[in-house]
Amino acid sequence: MNTSEFDDVMVEFITESRENLDELDTALVTLEQHPDPGVIAKIFRAVHTIKGTSGFLGLRTLESVTHIGENLLSKMRDGDMPVTQANTTGLLGMADAVRAILDNVEATGTEGSETYPALIEQLSRLNSGEEPPVAALAPAPAPEVVPAAADAKPAKAKTTRRKAAVDPVVEITDAPAPRRRGAKAGAPATPASVTQLKPRRVKANPPAKKVEEPVVEDPARMGEQLVERGLATETQVDDAVLLQTQGDPRHLGELLVEQGVVKPNDVVEVLKTQAEERPAANESIRVDVGLLDDLMNLVGELVLARNQILQFNASFFDPSFSATSQRLNLITSELQEGVMKTRMQPIDNIWNKFPRIVRDLSLSCGKNARLEMEGKHTEVDKTLLEAIKDPLTHLIRNAIDHGLETPEVRMATGKSAEGTVRLSAYHEGGQVIIEIADDGAGIDANIIRRKAVQKGLMTADDAATRPDRDIVNVIFQPGFSTAEQVSNISGRGVGMDVVKTNIEAIGGTVDVQTVIGRGTTFKVKIPLTLAIIPALLVNAGGERYAIPQVSLVELVRLDGESAAAGIESVQGAPVHRLRGKLLPLVFLNDVFGTPPSPTDDAINIVVVQSDDTQFGLVVDDISDTAEIVVKPLGRLLKGASGFAGATIMGDGKVALILDLLGVSQLAGVSSTSAARAQAEANANRSFEVTNDHESILIVGIGDRRFALPLAHVTRLEELPIAAVRTAGDHRVIHYRDQILPLVTLADRLGIYAQSANEQNLQVLVCGAGERSVGLIVDQVFDIVDERLEYSDRTETYGVMGTTVIGGEVTDVLDIRAFVAQDVLAAAEVAA
Amino acid sequence: MSTVTQSPTPSTSSATRSTVNLCTFRLHEFMIGIDVTLVQEVLNRQDATRIPLVSDVVQGLINLRGEIVTTIDLRRRLGLPLRTPDDPCMNVVIRTADGPVALAVDTIGDVIDADESLFEFPPPTLSGPHREFVTGVFKLDESLLLLIDLDRVLDPSTIKIKTEVPA
Repeated sequence: MNTSEFDDVMVEFITESRENLDELDTALVTLEQHPDPGVIAKIFRAVHTIKGTSGFLGLRTLESVTHIGENLLSKMRDGDMPVTQANTTGLLGMADAVRAILDNVEATGTEGSETYPALIEQLSRLNSGEEPPVAALAPAPAPEVVPAAADAKPAKAKTTRRKAAVDPVVEITDAPAPRRRGAKAGAPATPASVTQLKPRRVKANPPAKKVEEPVVEDPARMGEQLVERGLATETQVDDAVLLQTQGDPRHLGELLVEQGVVKPNDVVEVLKTQAEERPAANESIRVDVGLLDDLMNLVGELVLARNQILQFNASFFDPSFSATSQRLNLITSELQEGVMKTRMQPIDNIWNKFPRIVRDLSLSCGKNARLEMEGKHTEVDKTLLEAIKDPLTHLIRNAIDHGLETPEVRMATGKSAEGTVRLSAYHEGGQVIIEIADDGAGIDANIIRRKAVQKGLMTADDAATRPDRDIVNVIFQPGFSTAEQVSNISGRGVGMDVVKTNIEAIGGTVDVQTVIGRGTTFKVKIPLTLAIIPALLVNAGGERYAIPQVSLVELVRLDGESAAAGIESVQGAPVHRLRGKLLPLVFLNDVFGTPPSPTDDAINIVVVQSDDTQFGLVVDDISDTAEIVVKPLGRLLKGASGFAGATIMGDGKVALILDLLGVSQLAGVSSTSAARAQAEANANRSFEVTNDHESILIVGIGDRRFALPLAHVTRLEELPIAAVRTAGDHRVIHYRDQILPLVTLADRLGIYAQSANEQNLQVLVCGAGERSVGLIVDQVFDIVDERLEYSDRTETYGVMGTTVIGGEVTDVLDIRAFVAQDVLAAAEVAA
Repeated sequence: MSTVTQSPTPSTSSATRSTVNLCTFRLHEFMIGIDVTLVQEVLNRQDATRIPLVSDVVQGLINLRGEIVTTIDLRRRLGLPLRTPDDPCMNVVIRTADGPVALAVDTIGDVIDADESLFEFPPPTLSGPHREFVTGVFKLDESLLLLIDLDRVLDPSTIKIKTEVPA
């Protein structure tokens, strides 16, 4: 049997079983809330498949463990056994054992020596209806892991699979309907039932062992669909199904048409929808992650080679070579985007472990917790997803263990007994934001002060004078834990610092906000992807450095007289007055001890944001923006702070990528009080939205209104539609002796445009000179002077939030999503 | 923490006559040898990108067919007089568990089969290169060949990284 074919079967089995197990956990927790025969059937199928295959592969322990679990499940399915907490715990234990065995098989090729007698004993007791002594479990009420939507209308939850995709709240009761209405609807069998549960991850070759199980009868959902569309009533469908069960060989659709309930066209329509849903099964294949990683590396190399060719092209006047290299440029960009996409996975892939964690934890802590998830479809690069898994798990554990109070305490303070832990994820400004919020007790800054002094992390004076916001961040320091009692979950003084380190290691940040008595929110920001990032190239001391675009705020150039007057000093620390605020300056040459070599008299300031500090980095020269491939520095340079890695430039030379956090620490910016004050001022929103009134432009796109700060727009133009040309893959227009690239906001925002004027385009020109972009809108409504305040929780691309201006709901446009940072900076400089 | 997978430390007591395969190069006035199986390739002079705040021992970063490789200035590392701009310079790329590392040397020599019977531990009076890096000497006919300990040469904990801004 030791052939590679056998290995392939084994690998396939392990991968598939793991996926099934993940679903199993979620399904079991769901089951506890809503005993639903459909969910039991699903669990049964998963366990049965594992059992069947393990017997075939000769995995005896696995077979015996799953066999006894399957027995219990079949009793539960047939209604001979109730769904109890003890049963669920037993089955979850079984899932864990299966996982452990699979891990062993993968690592060593054998099942290992553990035979799980205790678990088998426990499951057999459950099988015979005895309650096993489960000492570890506190008699707390089961946690509520059910989304708000399902709460409101639990009966509906099971039939709204397609709706669930757009529902922001996670849909855990996302199972096929239990009623197998219309089992013989006029359609061939749909793909393996497992695939229905997870339309995103579809299997190319469904497990073989499906058809012999009665439960596998596929709910073809003809009846459901008809009811959902309001074409037939439930009674009518049930009657037809009854006829079928009495031996009528006709399909459900046929029956209903004959009875005159529905029109033949409607049935055809439903069949069409079903057919559309189906082919997905054959259009996805499993790909080894290693292969994707290799591809990504190759694309990285290709991007570098492309950059080199483009640079070469600039000094080489050959039209055909130029055309070819432009084509190469385009293809590379598209390939890069495509490969990037293959690595993107919905964050749900790690979130789906959390319902189980929340359940187990709240049971063992004696808390009553409910998990809400929002934005589970937010996509993140796979590598990053792996990297944030542990930190997120830790934050969730903390939220339940430290954050939420016990039900008694909650009742006493007038809260509902049930605490909520809310996970949300969304994209914002090229980053992914993940929030973990609990409505627990909050963090008391004074307790932190006391502990920090006790543990010698700061002096008493220091503790007394620093603001609460600062103090709360002390929880991220190594060796700090406030847990009164060390539990086996958290409170050992490692953890929060590891969370912070791990998140920073992938270029992310973590921030905490807390209100005593109201709860704590951790905000984790991570980049969309690690491998290839846009960056600004600067020169200092004769070397080139790359600054990641995400940290850039703006560029300031001080010429001639303003160069001399532009730099002042506060107690020896250089600062620049930027629009009335003091911006601490860091001279990169001073930090690195390199000789300055400015190309002219001007002073170039790169305003950057690092952590919660904004500062100006003074460099010799600002050269260009480029897509760079991040490569790690070797082990020899591990301790070098100030650098996030290196990259290879178009000319083949190596350039270092600046780690702004490291640079600010080296320069001592992050701890100066001036910077702190600045950071406080910017804490709420770093980007251009101040608390003062400002001019806001209101435009119409489709039937929606959008607002954006007028400061970003250089001119409002009405340009003839006939003058628009296509260059490369862009639309451009000849404007003031320049080629102005155009961006159709409606397309980018996914809105159906309704052009009021067929002859002319309404264009917002952003930036200045060569660095300009024209944004096409449908209408320009108004310019108002107002304070731009908005709720900033949104997942929509290009929208920062929603506000009300002039009595109308208006979305705030995230201009950074459409216009590169340097264009905006160019506008600033020009203004 | 072993960087280099194998390091030839032939024993003098060995009864059998065996040889070690060494890649040799010249550094200042010394002939130095390293296990040839550790050498990935040899490059001509490369313009390295300097890394601020890192010890001078690190000459910089070079681009080796898309891979970023740290170059160690072996003269500085071994405490020898510095190379002038006119002196020849080549890079010997060494395979390590953490990817390739380049050693800047003067000129590359032959690959030789050195008889283990010619090996001797460094004499206590050894001067020249830092003693800590030298594992022994091969007494070749024409000259003495110093065997260096690459694990030590490439030990990151002994390469100082500045964490303070220079005053």
